[in-house]
Amino acid sequence: MSTVNPAASRHVPAQRAAAEPPSPVVSLRGAAVRVGGRTLWSGVELDVGAGEFVAVLGPNGVGKSTLVKMLLGILPPAAGEVRVLGEAPGRAGHRVGYLPQRRSFDASLRIRGTDIVRLGLDGDRWGVPLPLPGRFGARRRAARDRVAEVVELVGASAYAHRPIGECSGGEQQRLLIAQALVRDPELLLLDEPLDSLDLSHQGAVAALIGRICREAGVGVVMVAHDVNPILPWLDRVVYIAEGGAVAGRPEDVITTGTLSRLYGVPVEVLRTSDGRLVVVGQPEAPARHTDRHAEGGRRELG
Amino acid sequence: MNWADTGGGWSWNPVTDLQQIWAFPFMVNAFRAGTVVAVLAAVMGWFMVLRRQSFAGHTLAVVSFPGAACATLLGIGAGFGYFAFCVGGALVIAAIPRAGAGGGGQESALTGTVQAFLLACGFLFVALYKGFLGGVNSLLFGSFLGITTVQVAVLTVVAALALGVLAVIGRPLLFASVDEDVAAGRGVPVRALSVAFLVLLGAATAEASQITGTLLVFALLVMPAAAAQQLTARPASSLALSVVIAIAVTWTGLIAAYYSPYPIGFYVTTFAFAVYVLARTGRTLGRYRTVGAGAVA
Repeated sequence: MSTVNPAASRHVPAQRAAAEPPSPVVSLRGAAVRVGGRTLWSGVELDVGAGEFVAVLGPNGVGKSTLVKMLLGILPPAAGEVRVLGEAPGRAGHRVGYLPQRRSFDASLRIRGTDIVRLGLDGDRWGVPLPLPGRFGARRRAARDRVAEVVELVGASAYAHRPIGECSGGEQQRLLIAQALVRDPELLLLDEPLDSLDLSHQGAVAALIGRICREAGVGVVMVAHDVNPILPWLDRVVYIAEGGAVAGRPEDVITTGTLSRLYGVPVEVLRTSDGRLVVVGQPEAPARHTDRHAEGGRRELG
Repeated sequence: MNWADTGGGWSWNPVTDLQQIWAFPFMVNAFRAGTVVAVLAAVMGWFMVLRRQSFAGHTLAVVSFPGAACATLLGIGAGFGYFAFCVGGALVIAAIPRAGAGGGGQESALTGTVQAFLLACGFLFVALYKGFLGGVNSLLFGSFLGITTVQVAVLTVVAALALGVLAVIGRPLLFASVDEDVAAGRGVPVRALSVAFLVLLGAATAEASQITGTLLVFALLVMPAAAAQQLTARPASSLALSVVIAIAVTWTGLIAAYYSPYPIGFYVTTFAFAVYVLARTGRTLGRYRTVGAGAVA
């Protein structure tokens, strides 16, 4: 893996210097969201700076994915102010990279991993790329180089040429992260990227995201089920419970006192001997949810 | 219907054979129309197979039969019936919500319901139009005889329009086909593209079924594309390969039908099926070889 980060060297001097003084990548002021006439959460205050790693935590079905959809501009906020890269949500275009909630590709899908990454680069453009010489040839080469670069960055070079359906879950997830990164985003929105990966892959993918966040200065907002694999990299967490939310540093938020106040019932946060956090007594959200996870009830410690 | 009886037999010299076949203007038109239909069906079918919409494609193929029967009953050109029913059917299928994993079953059931009902309507139209029964065979299984130069011109224009539209929307359509959520997040109009593709597929089906018949158009849509996607995972290569396979099976089918008394649809379908089986077998063998080599290494 290259030591000089291509995304950092390309983007940081140009765009970040221009954005002085550093405005937050994401800013929520008293934000609330309603789905199907019901307020999922409200009063969320959050700032994400460039190169910060923020996790969105909470039990199943409280509207964690909904927060990401709101930042993408797919769902409007019901109240409050939301700014993404200084603009209204959905306006920042390719400056935002998005990794939707865990999907695995059909095993019979005959498209290579590099093609999936390439679609992230220019898949939304109209017209067909023709094999023309000259200026267009140079553009094609640049696109190919960029795809190879980002595939190398996520460590997927060994299997990127294979049909994506034949790659393992962890391999697919790395390729999808490459797809989200290929346009040098300033903000990455990741919806449960570690879900349904086995433990060793969880650690490796979490480390990859943490490294990209630090080295390339990309702001990361990541919806997570389990805080432990990403705990070493986290700057901030948003903990959502039914109705409310609390944001802050992990050591301030994931505590017995804060979570008990948030849930309104006594819960206890324990720290195991190897540093993992365990929340005991956390109430499960009611079961009627539109944005429930497809796989359902795999309950973990948040 | 063994046309070779009027000329010479099969000589094993492709050049003389083709010269002999192309001495007949109707055979030249058959080759032209067949080539146009093969190219269009291969390209549309490639996206159809990739989008897992083969059942929708099959339904569009089937509803072209009641379309043609209805047009014949009303005394207007069958071509209008093909287009009206296929494009109308495409809009109906497009209106059915295409949700994720959960919606798949519902989509199939609704599409199948539409298909069964319209097929029955077709049969009713045939019954209402009493003198029409002789034409049912060619509506269902196609005919390469008597294709006029005007028909070839119309086919070419429609195919060029459809392929032109597809060329413009092709890349976002590919994105939306393999990765709908991310495409939507990037601002690709996923829903509109899905409707546009189904309408194009309907137009292509309407056009192709006039030559291949409503039952066999599906063979040209699905088989070359499925075989090509078995052979390579590179999008551009498999699209090109799909077109090559479609043209090859259409031409060999036409030649075989010329030299024998059996219907062209059988030959085209059989050759396409053979290509698919070979592609599938080749890939399976190739995988065994790779695995074996990996075990040795």
